[in-house]
Amino acid sequence: MTTTSQATGAAIDWELVIGLEVHCQLKTRSKIFCGCATSFGEAPNTNTCPVCLGLPGALPVLNAHAVELATRASLALGCAVHNTSIFARKNYFYPDLPKGYQISQFDQPIATGGTIVVDDTATPPRAIRVHRVHMEEDAGKSVHDRFRDATAIDLNRAGTPLIEIVSEPEIHSAADALSYLRRLKQILEYTEVSDANMEEGSLRVDVNISIRPRGQAALGTKTEVKNLNSFSSAERAVEVEFARQRAILEGGGRVEQQTLLYDEKRNQVRSARSKEGSHDYRYFPEPDLPPLVLTDEFVQRQQAALPELPAAKRDRFVTQYGLGAADIEQLIANRMLADRFEAVAASSGDARRAANWMLGPVLAAVNASGGSLLEHAVDPVRLGALIKLEAQGDVSNTAARQIFTMMEREPSEPLTIATRDGLLKVSDDSALVAWIDEVFAESPTEAARFMAGERKLQGVLVGMVMKKSKGSADPKKVNQLLAARAE
Amino acid sequence: MSVTNADVLHVAQLARLAIDDTRLPGLVAELNGILQHIDALQQAVIPADLAARAVAGMPLRNDDTPSVPLQRAREAFAPATRDGFFLVPRLATHGDAGASASSSDAEGDA
Amino acid sequence: MSVESLKAHSVQTAWSQYDAVDAGPTGLNAFLSVDRDGSLAAAKVIGTNGDLSGVPVAIKDNLATLTLPTTCGSRLLEGYVSPYEATAVRKLREAGAIVIGKTNMDEFAMGSSTENSAYGPTRNPVDRSRVPGGSSGGSAAAVAAGVVRLALGSETGGSVRQPAAFCGIVGVKPTYGRVSRFGLVAYASSLDHVGVFAQNVFDAALGTELIAGHDPYDATCSALPVPALRQSATVADHAQPLAGLVVGRPIEYFTEALDPRIRAHCDTSLERLRALGAEVRDVSLPHTSLAIPVYYVLAPAEASSNLARYDGVRYGQRRSADGLREMYERTRTSGFGAEVTRRILLGTYVLSAGYYDAYYRRAQTVRELITQDFERVFADGVHVLFTPTAPTPAFRIGEVSDPYDMYLSDIYTVTANLAGIPAMSQPIGLVDGLPVGGQFMAARFDEATMFKAAAALEYAIAQEGGA
Ligand SMILES: [Mg+2]
Ligand SMILES: [Zn+2]
Repeated sequence: MTTTSQATGAAIDWELVIGLEVHCQLKTRSKIFCGCATSFGEAPNTNTCPVCLGLPGALPVLNAHAVELATRASLALGCAVHNTSIFARKNYFYPDLPKGYQISQFDQPIATGGTIVVDDTATPPRAIRVHRVHMEEDAGKSVHDRFRDATAIDLNRAGTPLIEIVSEPEIHSAADALSYLRRLKQILEYTEVSDANMEEGSLRVDVNISIRPRGQAALGTKTEVKNLNSFSSAERAVEVEFARQRAILEGGGRVEQQTLLYDEKRNQVRSARSKEGSHDYRYFPEPDLPPLVLTDEFVQRQQAALPELPAAKRDRFVTQYGLGAADIEQLIANRMLADRFEAVAASSGDARRAANWMLGPVLAAVNASGGSLLEHAVDPVRLGALIKLEAQGDVSNTAARQIFTMMEREPSEPLTIATRDGLLKVSDDSALVAWIDEVFAESPTEAARFMAGERKLQGVLVGMVMKKSKGSADPKKVNQLLAARAE
Repeated sequence: MSVTNADVLHVAQLARLAIDDTRLPGLVAELNGILQHIDALQQAVIPADLAARAVAGMPLRNDDTPSVPLQRAREAFAPATRDGFFLVPRLATHGDAGASASSSDAEGDA
Repeated sequence: MSVESLKAHSVQTAWSQYDAVDAGPTGLNAFLSVDRDGSLAAAKVIGTNGDLSGVPVAIKDNLATLTLPTTCGSRLLEGYVSPYEATAVRKLREAGAIVIGKTNMDEFAMGSSTENSAYGPTRNPVDRSRVPGGSSGGSAAAVAAGVVRLALGSETGGSVRQPAAFCGIVGVKPTYGRVSRFGLVAYASSLDHVGVFAQNVFDAALGTELIAGHDPYDATCSALPVPALRQSATVADHAQPLAGLVVGRPIEYFTEALDPRIRAHCDTSLERLRALGAEVRDVSLPHTSLAIPVYYVLAPAEASSNLARYDGVRYGQRRSADGLREMYERTRTSGFGAEVTRRILLGTYVLSAGYYDAYYRRAQTVRELITQDFERVFADGVHVLFTPTAPTPAFRIGEVSDPYDMYLSDIYTVTANLAGIPAMSQPIGLVDGLPVGGQFMAARFDEATMFKAAAALEYAIAQEGGA
């Protein structure tokens, strides 16, 4: 990332400095401070009550399950979960913020100090530190395109439990930022803390960006980019904002601290608002909520409830299955796929073939049907049996795929289908001789030329026999019989 | 400590209160009168060994606890509603911010 | 005194008394809204099983009720009817009480005279040219005038005890966390309490007992069991009912600021307590003088945040404007009165960047010192403290104009809010025909001992022909 400064003519090696703030919706039934449902897509303001409407006299009461999920996520990120954390009010006016303050955590968050590995091929693996995890409530939605003359407020989402995961500002490339986000999402999904879906808004990413000449200790002025709808738009926004800041600094200007919105269509950033007013959130401890006290026993119970995390699974798959890094990465992308793979590997006794089947035909079939892997008709036991048939040479790979397609439609065992449909490899000489005789009778010219010594026609004749056998003939055996006949 | 006209106008702005020019000097004087008494806090001797209070911790709610029902429709108490939404004057700065934004997606502080 | 004597006061009696005192240009203006038809109809069908079956009650207008508006004495909430009910109100109704009306108050409970109501001041039934105290002045006046014998108020710095003293009745502020705040419109959440007014200690104890107890909708509400407070308020041994009780007399509450005539009444009460068997001891609460400064940092700070929700978006009186910001400013500026505006500005200032440590954090630390003062005294064997409730009797309407002078009216009451301890006021005498209140304070969750002492003193005063 070296360019030439217009001002000095000298090449400046700019270092990109990124910090990520990720808001993640916790998968609870009810909101963080009231019993209203967190369900998605209801009629406006129907999931509301005195508490989440901020009615006079209503009070918050913290949802125990939100605390469990926040604790699990924190532990999975390697954070220290604190015995005492404090909720605080963040005061600002916005029509989708019903109380005029957001209940969040400020100087005593639930957890601090974790790590996310962004590159484990490097030695040592490159990791980004997680500065803190804190709990807070979501705001509602302001809908601007519903009515011409007014902004419409829907408070169904107000009070949805969130955790905000804040990285240290020590990410130095868009690629590492992307990797951080993917790994974080994977951990949140593994722990079943969140759906972690950016399209549905259950995962939201804000990027803090600054640049400085490499080697300089002090951080440059940062900007915050919001309105990122996908990981790839986060990646592009980083690149666009890096270029913008570089151009400003190389042109002799100064980067202004501000909030920017990323415009996906135009691939550019623009200021979030025309007038930059003063921010002063006037945080103070939430008097309606005493401190959150978590015992060591509680934290240990949450630790024990954690599943095997992606990093551990990755290491185990290398030693247990001896698969390549790329295959492992795909297999552990989500827990369901990894679990399913392991079941198939066990029932088939062949991890390599199990991986190929899962990443090939099985995922293709699931994607095509739009269904869930968990509900796919070919369960691990039947798939294992099919892989065994293939591994033993009882069916060809082509036949196995045909059988797989049949298994999606009927509950029969693969051997039953293979036998019924004549898809088992035929290596019985009398049957093969009969098909060769038929081919010789139907194509006398080719047969005569072959018998006269035109050996290159053997492949054509094998093909005819294979076709006649509907793929069930063992091609090796057919070749042997033809060669013997010509001698 | 004491406040100036500018301080009072600044906090009024944070609190979304409009202070009339005729009211401002009186308010500044009243607030300074109160702050003068409050300054007694600065003279308090705080013991070095003031222990933090042991905290019992807050009671938590089960995820399946029902919410307190509204016994009156939102339309009965809301100043302006349409199709179930609460209405506010159109937010000009978000004119092209997309279908929906919020203080948590975009910028807060309206 | 008994449950039966309380029940003897019917809803019909309440209305005839109301008609005699509240309405008209010289009426008390104790009520902001009333439900005559509803309460009379309810009285016809109510059974007799509950402790308060058929007993008319009045509710301060910052407690959410389903049928009558909850305006908090503010223009901003004019006509607002809550779609849910406060826990304390529900508990009273479940005991059989019938809500006859909502009472006047200083706007959002900010004040000590009920002059800050957007709906005009309430008059003191003892002397109608004087204030009833505040902020729960409407409830105090309604009880003092005999419209009801039981009413709910709320306290943040003395808003039940001070009007009780000014009106010559009993006012109770239980321990913080003893009574649910769910449905009490917040002024300063860490200091807000629901309180009870009654004409005697027994009724006040009964009312407190009935509204107390765990509430899953208030995270600051205690799960401790509620003792039978009506028993505590029943004087059993008429000779030496307070034998073994140690009464502390905090010297910081008996300084020059105190009206000497009130001081004299307090001294007489302390003599009576001795005669009842109690040991009276001078004690020191050294940080008392800092209580008002602490209060006027913390309460406005919390208020500035609690009152941010009045933005005209979801409820309340909106002032229209083209832009959102203008709508907010017009709604809030026209909706809030002078004192509320002053406290929001003060609270916003003490929380703002650069001032938080000097004001808010400092005040929290000193609040802790004040709390420890009390803990030390109670740990040293003192059971209850006895003090004056207010430094002066009821003043004239319009007499106190400087905001800080008004704040000093709470100088003896605000400490109990800061420490979260139970406290109550009861009549102990008259000065120029105006009632004087004496205050008991006790250790956290020891309302029982407080009521025992108060009931005994009330009994002794009655024996000698009344206060
Ligand atoms: Mg946040
Ligand atoms: Zn709700």
